[in-house]
Amino acid sequence: MPWTKLHMERQEPHFDADKGKDVRKLSYGDALREALDQALANDPRVYVMGQGINDPAGMFGSTDGLYKKHGIKRVFDTPLSENGLMGIAVGSAMAGMRPVYIHNRPDFLLLAMDQIVNHASKWSYMFNGQVPIPLVIRTCIGRGWGSAAQHSQALQSLFVHIPGLKVVMPTTAYDAKGLLITAIADNNPVIFIEQRWLYKHQGYVPEKIYAIPFGQGVIRREGKDVTIVAVSHMVPESLRAADELAKEGVDVEVIDPRTLKPLDEEMILNSVKKTGKLVMADLSWKTGGFSAEVLAIVAEKGFSYLKKPPVRVAFPDIPTPSGYTLEDAFYPGVKDIVEAVKKVIK
Amino acid sequence: MRLSKEKLFKLLISLARIRKTQLKIEKHYHEDQMKTPVHLCLGEEAVSVGVSAHLKTSDMIFSNHRGHGHYLAKGGDLKALFAELFCKETGCAKGRGGSMHLIDTSVGHYGSSAIVAGSIPHAVGAAMAFVMQKKKNVAVSFFGDAASEEGVLQESMNWAKLHNLPVIFVCENNKYSVCSPIQVRQAEMPIATRALGFDIPAKTVDGMDIFKVYAAAEAAVTHARRGKGPYFLEFNVQRWRAHAGAGDPQAKLYRNPEDILDEKTMRDPLASLEKYLIKQKISSREKLDAIYQKIDEEVEEAFKFGQDSPLPKNEELEKYLFAK
Repeated sequence: MPWTKLHMERQEPHFDADKGKDVRKLSYGDALREALDQALANDPRVYVMGQGINDPAGMFGSTDGLYKKHGIKRVFDTPLSENGLMGIAVGSAMAGMRPVYIHNRPDFLLLAMDQIVNHASKWSYMFNGQVPIPLVIRTCIGRGWGSAAQHSQALQSLFVHIPGLKVVMPTTAYDAKGLLITAIADNNPVIFIEQRWLYKHQGYVPEKIYAIPFGQGVIRREGKDVTIVAVSHMVPESLRAADELAKEGVDVEVIDPRTLKPLDEEMILNSVKKTGKLVMADLSWKTGGFSAEVLAIVAEKGFSYLKKPPVRVAFPDIPTPSGYTLEDAFYPGVKDIVEAVKKVIK
Repeated sequence: MRLSKEKLFKLLISLARIRKTQLKIEKHYHEDQMKTPVHLCLGEEAVSVGVSAHLKTSDMIFSNHRGHGHYLAKGGDLKALFAELFCKETGCAKGRGGSMHLIDTSVGHYGSSAIVAGSIPHAVGAAMAFVMQKKKNVAVSFFGDAASEEGVLQESMNWAKLHNLPVIFVCENNKYSVCSPIQVRQAEMPIATRALGFDIPAKTVDGMDIFKVYAAAEAAVTHARRGKGPYFLEFNVQRWRAHAGAGDPQAKLYRNPEDILDEKTMRDPLASLEKYLIKQKISSREKLDAIYQKIDEEVEEAFKFGQDSPLPKNEELEKYLFAK
């Protein structure tokens, strides 16, 4: 099995995009592309499909030119039949393939929920582990430029709710590559959720093929006063908030769980034990969202650590507006995180 | 059609095994030991048997909630079927699947779906995998008339045709979706004509005649196996029982008059084959009875095996959520 010999990386060695260290740097999109390229080279069972993946823009660069190298029998375009093609991916996985199915936007995954939720997520359990479904569903959350309500939805909380799915949300280029390799190597369906603005980021990415274990978060910034658990694009926002707060003498710890399911509960609980205060910065709606889950876990397993009620930073419970002024009002960011931290230490 | 004696007996035995298994389940269902919603395929056996007669063990089939016939005709283990109905650890899905979720990977059955039309794209995906792996196998999707109302069938046909995949769409049209007759669900035209819209060869065939099913399936499987692409078969069949459970106590309340089954309207693929074998002097009443007795014993043994098998352990409730 080509995936069992993978080198496992536990912690990004040089996370600090700003300091310009002399290391090999790739953009988030190029890191994803390199992961796909290496996975395709590593295992003939891997194939990549999705609507528009072979177009000149190459899925924001993340599939750019792959079909030229690996052929259109392994890297190919699809019609917009989201549910049908998802089922076709599942069926091919039953017959021994390892599909990566890319959806430009999570909004379109809603059309494939029958195959994701009723089928892919249940096949292992329902048939007592006899039929693994190694399937990676890549998708990228949109934001800005009037993306509006149907091209910007962050639906990770829906997927986290479903037993049998793993949910991954990489923040850095390093994690994008390592986690995508792990997702492809996994014998279960993995929802791999990117965020469009993270594509602008560059970071250290080793050239070799490497995997990052699921269920291991990363402490992006150590601190002693307040724990911020931040998801995806909320990580850079939280780090900026941390810099501002540092000027005022508040020392925050920023945790990037990297995978929402499985979740590194231990890292979160240990941090809250140390700080006694929690701000949960999620990239989805508040009600019934992933932020509620994290607060519930801390309440159940670390209630005695809490010195103050936790505060959530999440999307307001409304669809995303399209106009840029309303959009600005809609998305929480640095300012909201700073306010939340101040509220929790008050 | 001229079939060898050996082939004729194979068809007969397969039909009778499914028939007798279904009748055995029905007979004991009221005892409440098989705590799973059964959808009997009585009357529809010829489709499973006639299609599977052309399949290799390594060919894959994809099935639905009314799937006992598909499973058995493809060679699925009879004991594991009964054990699954009794929710036992020895069941084909170790008591995690039940009647609607049968599986036997050793004969190319990778799990049936109870979401109507849910397994149709799986067959197309398996066919795509066969092409990628340069295998000469075919995939078969069994589904009912109601599945033709789902968008995913059209999506699947489009992709299958676009890539010329070795998949056979087999629609068992029994004219009822639970209690809703087809007339209140679809405009009047053969379901097979939809495949023609995708330029997929399609036929509507009498599914109550094992010879007609056999011949149509032979053409379809040969077509797919030779790399000529997908094929669509619609078989008109009779559902002898209610949507689920034993008998059909409300038949008169929901069926159209012409679909109420009596001696005149009811057609029986097994009885027809028997008649043919006797008339052609290929077999005799005594010989057939001897075959049936052997099947009865096999069914009885499988039933007992299921009944006597251990239940799954509650400590293993969470096992199998993720594949290793």
